Amino acid sequence: MTVAAAELARVPPRSGLWHFVRRNPTLVGGLVVLALIALAALIAPLIAGDPIAAKPVNRLRPPSQINWLGTDQLGRDVWARTVYGARISLLVGLSVATIAMSIGLLIGLLAGFSRTVESVVMRLMDGLMAIPAILLAIAFVSLSKASVSIVVAAIALPEIPRVVRLVRSVVLTVREQPFIEAAVASGTRLPKILRRHILPATVPPLIVQATYVAASAILIEAALSFLGAGTPPEVPTWGNMIASSRVYLGLAPWTIFGPGIALALVVLAVNLVGDGLRDRLDPRIARRM
Amino acid sequence: MGAFIIRRLLSTLLVMGLVGVFIFLLLHLSPGDPAAIIAGDNATPAQIEAIRTSLGLNDPLHVQFGRWAMRVLSGDLGISIFSNVPVATLIAQRVWPTLSLAFTTIVLAVTLALAAGVLAAWKAGSLADRLVMILSVVGFSVPVFVVGYLLIYVFAISLRWLPVQGYSPLAEGFWPWASHLILPSTALGLAYVALIARITRTAMLDVLAEDYMRTARAKGVATGPMLFKHALKSAGVPIVTVVGIGIALLIGGVVITETVFNLPGIGRLVVDAISKRDYPIIQGVILLFSGVYVIINLLVDLSYTLLDPRIRY
Amino acid sequence: MTAPLLDVKDLKTHFFNADGVTRAVDGLSFTVAPQETVGIVGESGCGKTVTALSILQLLPPRLGRIVGGRILFEGADLTALSEGQLRGVRGNRIGMIFQEPMTSLNPVLSIGHQIAEAVRIHKGASASAARARATQMLDLVKIPDAARRLDDYPHQFSGGMRQRVMIAMALACDPKMLIADEPTTALDVTIQAQVLKLMLELKAKTGAAIVLITHDLGVVAETCQRVVVMYAGRKVEEAPVGQLFAQPAHPYTRGLLASIARGKAGARARRLKEIPGMVPSLREPIVGCAFAPRCQFAIDACRAQLPGLRPVAGEPQHQAACLRIGEVLAS
Repeated sequence: MTVAAAELARVPPRSGLWHFVRRNPTLVGGLVVLALIALAALIAPLIAGDPIAAKPVNRLRPPSQINWLGTDQLGRDVWARTVYGARISLLVGLSVATIAMSIGLLIGLLAGFSRTVESVVMRLMDGLMAIPAILLAIAFVSLSKASVSIVVAAIALPEIPRVVRLVRSVVLTVREQPFIEAAVASGTRLPKILRRHILPATVPPLIVQATYVAASAILIEAALSFLGAGTPPEVPTWGNMIASSRVYLGLAPWTIFGPGIALALVVLAVNLVGDGLRDRLDPRIARRM
Repeated sequence: MGAFIIRRLLSTLLVMGLVGVFIFLLLHLSPGDPAAIIAGDNATPAQIEAIRTSLGLNDPLHVQFGRWAMRVLSGDLGISIFSNVPVATLIAQRVWPTLSLAFTTIVLAVTLALAAGVLAAWKAGSLADRLVMILSVVGFSVPVFVVGYLLIYVFAISLRWLPVQGYSPLAEGFWPWASHLILPSTALGLAYVALIARITRTAMLDVLAEDYMRTARAKGVATGPMLFKHALKSAGVPIVTVVGIGIALLIGGVVITETVFNLPGIGRLVVDAISKRDYPIIQGVILLFSGVYVIINLLVDLSYTLLDPRIRY
Repeated sequence: MTAPLLDVKDLKTHFFNADGVTRAVDGLSFTVAPQETVGIVGESGCGKTVTALSILQLLPPRLGRIVGGRILFEGADLTALSEGQLRGVRGNRIGMIFQEPMTSLNPVLSIGHQIAEAVRIHKGASASAARARATQMLDLVKIPDAARRLDDYPHQFSGGMRQRVMIAMALACDPKMLIADEPTTALDVTIQAQVLKLMLELKAKTGAAIVLITHDLGVVAETCQRVVVMYAGRKVEEAPVGQLFAQPAHPYTRGLLASIARGKAGARARRLKEIPGMVPSLREPIVGCAFAPRCQFAIDACRAQLPGLRPVAGEPQHQAACLRIGEVLAS
């Protein structure tokens, strides 16, 4: 069924911030929520009380004017702990994403250019991908002294293979393009081709993937803390909080749902940003991942 | 076709081998002395040395690996440090709760997700579609344990419709077994449903726009067969791929779900082993779960020929 | 004169999207008699495919709609039928084949299954009876080794053979009418000839009427008994095929005929004459004759009011929507 080409002349999209918001609701929504949470985490000392001070006499108080999210079993202010917990989660999400993307990019580029590297590396990545991420992280952490850096490393490791696959796939696709042949034929050296053509092509899908990695990292960190295989119990993370207040679910649900909902909100925001970016940048390779 | 199967099997074996190497290396290359970690914080140097010798940690790495690999291949997954029971036995004792959970989750999740995805694609742009999309992003973002506690709070504690935690073996009655699994399956499967529903919707949208759907309509095919026989089968390959890859989510989630709902399965076994640093157990379970994951994905690959006759090996 | 099999009365089909309304078909009327082959010709975008889709209401659900007119088939108004009733007509009393054989068959179902499906749905046949009929149809469309190829998949057939399968599928329930939307456009020239020949043979055997949509006047000349020429969503000329080629009465038809290469032995090679200008946008309602801007015969009256269909003197079956038929014929 054909309609004359004249019919398809579209009205040019209007510019301006308001129209950007209207056309990218998921992206903007996610960014706003994320920004608010990040801001809260940054200015935590200003808006929240002391996350560590325990006043057993105040234990398990429901949310009130003084304690916005109530208190936990040791009398600690849940709101304060939740806000401070955001710091760890965001830090972990950011660090894991950065590390996984960097290492993945490097390995992926090598794999895209060298056949030998590729065959070895891709097999290794297949092997790594076969181990469920949480279990790998658990194993890693259980063999070392618990600390935030160890947790970051443990979570970053299983995220690397997916990034490598993505980068390699982009490199292979871009390499096939005629303009690369033309560049090589006209004497352009490899580093310049890399810089000018290959790397820019990897950026959009990598950014999208980075958000999903960050979201996944935040979830895994929380899960690890919940299981007791994550950040040490003194550090207030949302996973820790939920783990230690488990038995009070019936009595004091706020101790669990305060951090629980915060966790869901952050991950949701990051996922929305990722979806919004993906829709905007339309990296077909990332979508297939 | 036969040649392909053999190649895939070899590839699978290679991957499993790599998994073994990784897990082995993890123990031996992570920061800290494995013997000291296994011995615990209060061990004396003599005790640590004893453990080191008993685990053969003084031998060269490749010798240790060879030894370890031989044992694993003969079914010996090591011995739990704390209970002195072979890991394989421990796993066998706890396999049924985990299997029950996995089975109910997969069946319920895949059914629900396919239905939701097909509905969303069929009514693309409508309220139903948007609802499915929103629920799927949310479902993918809320962690398993938060969903779990939410469900327990609402359905078990407040409404008292379902038991709070625990497991009842099938032998003791169908309904007790099922009722104990409803909430855990829901919590575990939510992210899985979200993932599959999304890919189903995307794949179905692509297929519904194809010319052959119009041909089917021109033949007078009714909506039901159009969606399921004509469209869904054609969209099968990407959907089944995600069903396979998503199993990784489930495996990770099993550990958390069994903790939240107090199910005496393999997941709980691992969690208990974490606090006690009982590494042989952790190692054994990882090998098992990785093996399961790899085999499932092998089956998924083989299923492609059934779904799409253009794919022939 | 017997009652027409298909009677399209003043069909209007519009498309709606964010940018406005496109009047793809804007007041089209024509009839098809039983066992007749009628061709609908025009260039891309003139509305001929949309017309074909409108008959069986196969328009993309949220985009296109019949907004006016009636389509009478065997006396019943198709536009007034429910979806369920329409399903009873599709593939059963009216069969349809499409332009792209490469993408019009479901790749994951065997062709035997796809052909037998129509029979099972409409005739309530058992699986084995439907299968037998499918084999019969494959034989009819001259696919060699029909019984064995029943379980093959579309990708195992060439383009020409897939089109034959489509024809088999469309005719499986013995429809009274076949709508063929550009059936040979996507095929190689040699295969085109084979498929057209096949269609004519089948028509003779089954007694089905054919509505043949095409932009190719050569195809029309070979296969059709009557021709409807469309431009910008409207009918501009209608005539028995011989008449159309011998005495085109509408300037657009003239232009079309002049722009195709006619090889005549001994004639000097002529430059292909193009029709200057472009097809008007269908988004705006068109005042007067749609072809006027490009027409060498146009006068003010043409631009002011839509010229109705006028008979060509002496030819009862020949009409053209032009005020200046006399001048056109004389030139």
